[in-house]
Amino acid sequence: MSYGFDFHGLQLQARGSGALWWPDGRWLIVADLHLGKSERMARRGGPLLPPYEGLATLDRLGAEIAALDPVAVVSLGDGFDDMAAVQALDAQVALRLAALAQGRDWVWIGGNHDPAAPLGMPGRALDSLSLGQVALRHQAGQGPDISGHYHPAVRLAGERRRAFLLGADHLILPAFGAYTGGLICDDPVLAALVPRGLAIACGTRPVVMPLGLAARPRRGWR
Amino acid sequence: MILPQIFHDWFDRQGWQPHPHQLALLAAKGDSLLIAPTGGGKTLAGFLPSLVELAPVEGPDGYLENREERRGLHTLYVSPLKALTADIARNLGRPVAELGLDIRIEDRTGDTGSAQRRRQRVDPPHVLLTTPESLALMLSYPEAPAIFGGLRRVVLDELHALAESKRGDQLMLGLARLRALSPGVRVTGLSATVEDPQALAGFMAGAAPVEIVEPDPGPDPDIAMLPTAAPAPWAGGGGHYAIPEVLAAVREARTTIIFINTRAQAELFFQALWAANDENLPIGLHHGSLAREQRARVEAAMAAGELRAVVATGSLDLGIDWGAVDLVIQVGAPKNVKRLVQRIGRANHRYNAPSKARIVPANRFEQIECVAALQAVTARDLDGDPRGPGPLDVLCQHILLTACAAPFDADALFAEVVTAGPYRGLSRADFDACLDFAATGGYALRAYDRWQRLMLRDGLWRLRDPRAARLLRMNVGTIVEAEMLKVRMRGRGGAPLGEVEEAFAASLTPGDSFLIGGRVVRMDSLRDMVIQVTPDASQQPKIAVFSGVKLAMSTQLAHRVQAMIGDPVQHTALPKDTRDWLGLQARVSRLPEPGLLLSETFPHAGLWHFAIYGFAGRNALQTLGLLLTREMEEEGLGPLGFLSTDYALLVWSLDPVRDPAPLIDAARLRAGLGDWLGENAVMKRTFRNVAVVAGLIQRNMPGARKSGRQATFSSDILYDTLRKYDPDHLMLRVTADEAGRGLVDFGRIEEMLARSPRREHRVLERVSPLAAPLLLEVGRVPIRGEGRERLAQIEADALMREAGLVA
Repeated sequence: MSYGFDFHGLQLQARGSGALWWPDGRWLIVADLHLGKSERMARRGGPLLPPYEGLATLDRLGAEIAALDPVAVVSLGDGFDDMAAVQALDAQVALRLAALAQGRDWVWIGGNHDPAAPLGMPGRALDSLSLGQVALRHQAGQGPDISGHYHPAVRLAGERRRAFLLGADHLILPAFGAYTGGLICDDPVLAALVPRGLAIACGTRPVVMPLGLAARPRRGWR
Repeated sequence: MILPQIFHDWFDRQGWQPHPHQLALLAAKGDSLLIAPTGGGKTLAGFLPSLVELAPVEGPDGYLENREERRGLHTLYVSPLKALTADIARNLGRPVAELGLDIRIEDRTGDTGSAQRRRQRVDPPHVLLTTPESLALMLSYPEAPAIFGGLRRVVLDELHALAESKRGDQLMLGLARLRALSPGVRVTGLSATVEDPQALAGFMAGAAPVEIVEPDPGPDPDIAMLPTAAPAPWAGGGGHYAIPEVLAAVREARTTIIFINTRAQAELFFQALWAANDENLPIGLHHGSLAREQRARVEAAMAAGELRAVVATGSLDLGIDWGAVDLVIQVGAPKNVKRLVQRIGRANHRYNAPSKARIVPANRFEQIECVAALQAVTARDLDGDPRGPGPLDVLCQHILLTACAAPFDADALFAEVVTAGPYRGLSRADFDACLDFAATGGYALRAYDRWQRLMLRDGLWRLRDPRAARLLRMNVGTIVEAEMLKVRMRGRGGAPLGEVEEAFAASLTPGDSFLIGGRVVRMDSLRDMVIQVTPDASQQPKIAVFSGVKLAMSTQLAHRVQAMIGDPVQHTALPKDTRDWLGLQARVSRLPEPGLLLSETFPHAGLWHFAIYGFAGRNALQTLGLLLTREMEEEGLGPLGFLSTDYALLVWSLDPVRDPAPLIDAARLRAGLGDWLGENAVMKRTFRNVAVVAGLIQRNMPGARKSGRQATFSSDILYDTLRKYDPDHLMLRVTADEAGRGLVDFGRIEEMLARSPRREHRVLERVSPLAAPLLLEVGRVPIRGEGRERLAQIEADALMREAGLVA
């Protein structure tokens, strides 16, 4: 299930999973996988979270890859929770990643959590990438660009959902990683980047709603 | 031990006689449990043995001399309320001064400053007053053996209340530790009236049995319904119809506590009371969501005798001994006979005087419940469910905190833990599972061998990284609150008003007004997790919903109510308006009766509602709700949510239930137990509590959510991940156990279906009289399914149209 739209001449599809699909080039773009997050938290003396988020994230990514068979997969930064997490990545997760990357171009764009190239991982590392006049980078900058970083979310029908934010200059992707929180789209930081436009909420079916309206959410018996 | 002369003299000077139960506690050889209503010098009874032991004795030459010089901690007092420790410190100060005793008494709670805490660890007072959480924290310090090694006595106040939650389990684990650190320490429990004193004694007992001291309960209480001029409303209403009579009763009494079941209702009642309070009788408001400063002010005014009445929730169920309270008014159904008896006891501060209490049902359904409860009180038929075994999440926390104090031997810790009442039946396998969880996370995937929290070295378990102790200590305690946001008056240093739940805050937009602390305020902004407001009485306020405070009606009482409704002969005991109401229900639909399961379908507020009157208790009906909505989802009816009360279940959906018979088929419901039960919101809520207590996730620290919003994620994700990748994990087992206690097993539903061989379904044009109160209940459980997808689409489309866009 996806929602198709035009962004600076690119025909794109926002997938209910939170991934972005560019059918013309057969590119699959995902942001903020945060692989190795539980290992990093444990390493830093934090709680010992269920160490399965890598598998959970790659299971979902694998389902998209199986459905779409992309030529290229782009991680829009923060693919890993930190550089040490790359070395410590669970063997099962690393194998799975290698299998998914088999036979396609895999690009790791650097993020604030993973600024350097992930050694020993499939694919190549870049700071940013261009699709026509549109830049692909981790954090929104000079538009037009497609980015991640903020983990945007919306409130809809009484619940919180991860969401794409689509504005005039910026397309911001939701976080794809399993253990990631969200920043509600009316936060000042996000409202400054996308003052007006659409939010596409993830879910079994993507749901489109307007952004930057004074409209109040409908209230009532839920 | 006998009472020394100086104590007799002191009692004489007060014009008092020591009560028999005070002397009985003094004479007790080992651990003891005093069960008595409030008043009657219960606290003094608990402390008397300590004061006597700490008092100077008459030497051979006739002069008083100190016993061997007492240094260090002699008595530890534990109470569920921080406010109570401060109150006790004051109250105990007077006899200690008048008796000329050289005793240092200090309290130690979450509010105690860090300098004093540090000093207390080095140089503890003779008497330390604290809470279960602060005790757990103190036991986690390496100095614990030095602090508690010479402890002689422990006083556990309001033990009946502590035993109702995991705080009691944590306290009993701490007590087992204290008994190990100071063999021979004597423990005294103080409790209000309970249905099963033996069970409570077993709960607090160590190796030796506990002596139960139960003084004569005194005269029967003077308890009745408060007669009112206006009839109770059909539904909800919060008892406002009775305001004139309540005010009149307050006027006649010296000091009144008006108990109301929920914080929201307390706010509304307080406001309505003041609107009619022409004489300006000083009346205060007290509930757990008010700012601490606000509550302290009311407590102080009450203690000083400046208030004629306080509108309160369960926040005043315990503690604070106000000698002058001579009337208790219970607004709304008491839900539970034992709690009603305990509340009535609050108006009993003169020993052997009958307590006076009046009951105001909020609506006509509650009238039935109130009459049934009064009958139970008269029959001294207390209700209550037996306590389950000690939960394992509390044990996990205990293991981690034990490691913070010092390396430990697993066998020795296990031997100590099973001396705690709630953990007497703990198996070694369960203990080892908890230890493994604490050490490695306990995952099937052994991912954390390098980063274990606890390591086994030289036969002892210890923290891998001693710095982790700080984080673990920050997570101490078993109370997991809903996410709350503070409410403050606008401007720099604006006065704190209280807290509201995050979910309620999310429904507010700037300009909305709501009710808090008895005043209507307008929301200006939400910044740094604080809602800034300005006073504004110009609009109809929204009502803050506090979901955490709902009382559950006991099943015993629910059955009494069902029997009363179903038996027209018993209707004569009910007020006329209630008889009329039941009569109307009989005309527009029909009355439920024993052996008959009644259900109704009706439209309300744009959605279809399905009500089923099972009288099986809230928990069983909640389980039924979870299963029934699954069936409705399968039938494509688009269920959006449900709520359960003690007598009925209400489900709302996009399409109506026309024929419930196939839906409420026992075999079909049972088939759905497995998966659906695991995926629902109740389980996720339970999981969050368990995971916080066990230390799987960190409690949200003040300010931690301020900026790092992307970093925090919902515990639901952890729950789903564990279910998929590690379904046998300890945390899921503990969650299922706890939900099993809350949700109750499927047997109760089968019993309800078997008990009601006849079924009857009515399709109505509007809400039935019996269903109306359900619409006002809080505690809705959302269902994530096709219905919600459709609703999300409808809502988003409406916004798009409003924006002039086409989706």
